[in-house]
Amino acid sequence: MTIGGYYLDLQIVWFILVGVLLTGYAVLDGFDLGVGVLQLFARKDEHRRLFLNAIGPVWDGNEVWLVTGGGALFAAFPEAYATVFSGFYLPFMLLLCALIFRAVAIEFRSKEPWPWWRQMWDILFALGSTISALLIGVAMGNIVRGIPLDEHHEFAGTFFGLLNPYALLMGVTVVLLFAMHGAIYLVMKTEGELHEIVRGWVPRIIGFFLTAYILFNFYTLIALPHVYATVRERPWILLVIATAVLAIMNIPREFHHKRDFNAFLSSCLGMALMMAAFGLTYFPNMVLSSPLPENSLTVMNASSSPKTLEIMLIIALIGIPIVLTYTACIYYIFRGKTKLTSHSY
Amino acid sequence: MPFVTAEILARVQFAFTIMVHYIYPPLSIGLGVALVIMEACWLRTGNILFHNMARFWTKVFALTFAIGVATGIVMEFEFGTNWATYSRFVGDIFGSALAAEGIFAFFLESGFLALLLFGWNKVGPKLHFFATCMVCFGAHFSAVWIVVANSWMQTPAGYHLERIVDGKPVPLPIDHAVVAADLGTVRAVVDDFWAMVFNPSTVDRLTHVVLGAWMAGAFLVVSISAYYLLRRRHEEFARASLKVGLAFGTAATILQMVSGDLTAVGVSKNQPVKLAAIEGLYKTQPYAPLGLAGFVDSKTEETHALQIPGLLSFLTYHDAAKPVTGLQDLPPDNFLKRYHPEAAVADLPGIRKTYWPNVPVVFQTYHLMVAVGSALFALVVIAGFFWWRGWLFRVDWLPARLLLGACVLSVLGPQIANQAGWFTAEMGRQPWIVYELLKTSQALSKVVTANQILASLLLFGAVYLLLFIMFIYLLTRKIQHGPDEGDQSHEMPDSWKAVLRADDEEART
Ligand code: HDD
Ligand code: HEM
Ligand code: HEM
Repeated sequence: MTIGGYYLDLQIVWFILVGVLLTGYAVLDGFDLGVGVLQLFARKDEHRRLFLNAIGPVWDGNEVWLVTGGGALFAAFPEAYATVFSGFYLPFMLLLCALIFRAVAIEFRSKEPWPWWRQMWDILFALGSTISALLIGVAMGNIVRGIPLDEHHEFAGTFFGLLNPYALLMGVTVVLLFAMHGAIYLVMKTEGELHEIVRGWVPRIIGFFLTAYILFNFYTLIALPHVYATVRERPWILLVIATAVLAIMNIPREFHHKRDFNAFLSSCLGMALMMAAFGLTYFPNMVLSSPLPENSLTVMNASSSPKTLEIMLIIALIGIPIVLTYTACIYYIFRGKTKLTSHSY
Repeated sequence: MPFVTAEILARVQFAFTIMVHYIYPPLSIGLGVALVIMEACWLRTGNILFHNMARFWTKVFALTFAIGVATGIVMEFEFGTNWATYSRFVGDIFGSALAAEGIFAFFLESGFLALLLFGWNKVGPKLHFFATCMVCFGAHFSAVWIVVANSWMQTPAGYHLERIVDGKPVPLPIDHAVVAADLGTVRAVVDDFWAMVFNPSTVDRLTHVVLGAWMAGAFLVVSISAYYLLRRRHEEFARASLKVGLAFGTAATILQMVSGDLTAVGVSKNQPVKLAAIEGLYKTQPYAPLGLAGFVDSKTEETHALQIPGLLSFLTYHDAAKPVTGLQDLPPDNFLKRYHPEAAVADLPGIRKTYWPNVPVVFQTYHLMVAVGSALFALVVIAGFFWWRGWLFRVDWLPARLLLGACVLSVLGPQIANQAGWFTAEMGRQPWIVYELLKTSQALSKVVTANQILASLLLFGAVYLLLFIMFIYLLTRKIQHGPDEGDQSHEMPDSWKAVLRADDEEART
């Protein structure tokens, strides 16, 4: 199936690059979706404003990782893009709506002082964020589990088939993961009373998340023989997962030593490793077909032509370093504790 | 329900979501340029008026931007959800433009937007100006890449077709006509990236789209400023703002007339069917007339309109005597033969009609655009004259009041023209989604049902309506609140005050 080893190299590079973009999305938008999940747990108006303003300058840039990841998937693996998005039609439309409400709630909430107005946008912001995280998890769960594909690589399942217990458990795990990540980010960005409050939440959320994550991993190994087989073949994946869990467990230790920034880095690292574990288990599949694995889309049969992959690689090699540089600068400029001023949301 | 097929619903949904999206980006693109102008004036002159102006318009910008982003994310994925077969067919080409847009444009915009909105007391005025320029660049880049992608769909170039047989690509001859059985195995792949990017219509259309966006931004500034003047609020601010907006708007409008003509000439070369349809020209004729306004009777294939004889021939070929091909000869027989090898010659006229767009609609949308463009042109000429004579701000003099009233309404002009222009471009290329390569009816997602599309259409209909109401409401609130007047130096950091002081010192010496 490969057209020279050369082409396969490009396909692998693009598998990794799409993975990097989506990992960037999970790590970055993960914390602002998480802040959204926690929004209603903050009781005071001022605290909620601080939550919004902590992510205010960066959430839009974070979401671009999703947009670019989607674009890269379209360009590098058009078959996978077409199959996934047409197959997950309704869940995906819901996800888009959730993202819309989230985005505009941030912009609109503080424009009026009325309690009902703010309450309404707070609820929409929290719901939008939670539903987004949940649906992202459900989609990932189905991808791991495999979805029914026909011989033309078209989705052959149903909407309710997508809402299976396995995928839902993954959805809940992702919500908890993002909430944890968001809480840790907030600890870093807040001070005084709010800082203490959010800090108090962290151990509990970590506990919930780790329980769900470990449960989920066991469920996977038991319920999904194909994953079990891959893990037996590539046992070092377990090492990656273990490192991820260690990184998460490191967070309370960092907090104990008042190293909030390190705690956040640790959380980012944990998430990146979890995504890596996901990719390593999944390769070379792009969309796994179950029950008929021979209909699966893989990096070989889903990709664009070598020419396009090459052009895109040049684009990525020029673009990504520039993007990373100024993104880092912008995060640096907005470092430190969030303060409310007249320009705030 | 024969009319409500999945195809129609998918098209309605796409048209609806893109039209809503297209309300906001042109505003952001145009306002972005206006912001750059205002901040540049502030840095050069140190006049606090320009500073307040930039801050006020930044707030308006933030609002249009937020909704532009929210509605844009839907667009990004709609190719996969609704047009999966299309995505499989052209992903190799179309996808790279979309990915380039993400990497080069959206990151730039959204990253520096943080500095633009929240950077007033974090960074110095120079860096802030730089950030404004970057946001403005970013907005233009997104227009570039998406218009490249769209222009490729209008005039495909730099590609060849291939069929995947047992996982291996086999090139197809250049005149291969894609039929239903090919879908899923045949795809277009890129040969020459730059030929794809600079396909025959890119440059014309990009210029036209960007100028349209500048007009949208400029006339928004003009409109709100004129409103303040009529209401006698923030008058000093409004006069300065109106001047910036009007100067910018005049330049854009004049250039747009030239660009519109070039675009039309391009269409006549690249898409003769579309040209004939937008002019309602059924019969091939020399001294082909240009219609100003009227209607098309598609039954009798006649166009009843106020016409200037010979002008269409002249505009397309710079020779009034040259015949322009009408729809009754388009597309030509040899083209039809390729798609219908077994058809008898007598059947060709009937088949030909299935390759025409909806002529009455594109005729009207096109003429609407031209009419609105001409009206705006007239407006800027008159306003320029008033400005020159010093009459522009004589608010208690009736002609000036009428002119300012027209300025308040002018914000709608570019919006209408933009939407009408896209209707012309997109409906004028039907039945093709990729011109003379892939039909719209072949492009649908196979697994998505009409009911699913209907459900999502209703969902987006409700959500977008809500968004639009919110947008209007908050925009009105911002306008009512108005700019922060006077010297804001008590909350201005020292690095910003330095700009101010420079001016004071200049004034003193
Ligand atoms: C402020 C906006 C605006 C104004 C005043 C005009 N246009 Fe326009 N026009 C657009 C905004 C626009 C647009 C929205 O930007 C379009 C849609 C697709 C495109 O490429 O540009 C467009 C498309 C478009 C097309 C179709 C292009 C295609 O199908 O590829 C033609 C032939 C013209 N225009 C010609 C004109 C002429 C002769 C005008 C003179 C008055 C004019 N336009 C004014
Ligand atoms: C530049 C990016 C754009 C791309 C890539 C694009 C692409 C498409 C596609 C794929 C369709 C659906 C298939 C079809 O019916 O032909 C379509 C239809 C349509 N688009 Fe665009 N479009 C773009 C911009 C716009 C804008 C800005 C507008 C209007 C404001 C617009 C208006 C429409 C309309 C009205 C239709 C429906 C035409 C019909 O179904 O007859 N498009 N376009
Ligand atoms: C079908 C075609 C289109 C797609 C897929 C699309 C996609 C998107 C996406 C995903 C965003 C959000 C980016 C972010 O998160 O920052 C966006 C915003 C934007 N789009 Fe579109 N878009 C389309 C049509 C257009 C057209 C025709 C233009 C202009 C000519 C345009 C110009 C912009 C701009 C300037 C923004 C930034 C936000 C704003 O200024 O409102 N887009 N678009």
